[in-house]
Amino acid sequence: MSEKVTYGQAWKGGDKPFAASYGKLMMWFFLITDALTFSAFLGSYGFYRFKYPDIWPVPEEVFTHFPFLHGDHPLLFVALMTFILIMSSVTMVLAVNYGHKMQKKKVILWLSLTIVGGFMFLGSQAWEWGHFIHGDKGAIDTKTESIVHIAERDKMSSVYNLMEVDGHDGSHHHFTINNVINKLETKPNFNIRTANKSYLSNSESIKFLQEEGTEVVLGANLKHNEYGVQNFGQCFFFITGFHGFHVFSGVIILIVILINVIKGTYERRGHYEMVEKVGLYWHFVDLVWVFVFTFFYLV
Amino acid sequence: MADTTTNSNWWIWKVFWILLIVTTVEVVLGIIKPGFLINTQFLGTKLLNHIFIVLTIVKAAYIVLSFMHLGHERKSLKWTILIPPLILIPYLLFILLTEGGYALSLMH
Repeated sequence: MSEKVTYGQAWKGGDKPFAASYGKLMMWFFLITDALTFSAFLGSYGFYRFKYPDIWPVPEEVFTHFPFLHGDHPLLFVALMTFILIMSSVTMVLAVNYGHKMQKKKVILWLSLTIVGGFMFLGSQAWEWGHFIHGDKGAIDTKTESIVHIAERDKMSSVYNLMEVDGHDGSHHHFTINNVINKLETKPNFNIRTANKSYLSNSESIKFLQEEGTEVVLGANLKHNEYGVQNFGQCFFFITGFHGFHVFSGVIILIVILINVIKGTYERRGHYEMVEKVGLYWHFVDLVWVFVFTFFYLV
Repeated sequence: MADTTTNSNWWIWKVFWILLIVTTVEVVLGIIKPGFLINTQFLGTKLLNHIFIVLTIVKAAYIVLSFMHLGHERKSLKWTILIPPLILIPYLLFILLTEGGYALSLMH
């Protein structure tokens, strides 16, 4: 603490008002700008949700899968992803902590575990994206650009059920609007659930599709998705993609740092501050995920 | 603070448990969705959503102040980093969400 100021004399440098190194300070400034970028993304996501409150997809109807388990398990998989990222944050703090104590072997151990956590998260996200892109219910796009779903009376069903094919047999399906209308005519217990979640009768459904239907949407891409409003898919790809790219670059940087630790670069330098700086970035990635988790999957 | 960096690791595991418990509470609330929290509207959204947002901010605070060590940095550094986002982000969100509601009203 050297905060003595002599008045009448210009500051000649040498003091550190923030008691932090240049590198650490710059990492913090970068993280502020990055936080503002993510706020802009999540804010625009909020804009669309406030613009389309009734026809926005319900998250627990979209993210319902868990690897190797059948049936609906809303939230479980993202909860696991959150746990993986929190865990890798903990191993990162431990690595930073042992860095302060100059214990090279323990830094290597905890840094390696952090990298493993990062890869596990990336793998989970790839699986999640795969499922999101493939979809499993199918839907029909309309002239007003709202997405309607196939239902069996007042229960959600799927285009695959209506067309009597297996949606997960690995083949590429394609249906036209007329295929769906013909099937609806032969199967009176199937009907349409509209975008604001009300159910039409079978005859109303056929009439609605003849007048409004444009194409059958299976899965999701940047143009449209089977879950609901177009912006939902675009926000999903953009925000989780941007976050995933942060995780990916974080893992790359962690690997570079780990190599340096093993080579003894920081041992020779006399401090492990580089581990601390990368740690800041890694925690920030965890921080962003906490918000993505809340606003994409919970709210 | 010297005691948190040189001594034991207990505080790391303490924060870990807090983050884990808060996340578990969020997930459990998200799955069971208690009726009275869903049906009560407050400030334009469900009461449950307010609970989620508060819990999220609690988690964010623990990550920033403890894991990122900002709580133990010098006061000037701490506020230099915290004040700009704390002003700009709520401001941006206020504008975007208000505009979202306005865009909805234009469609009818």
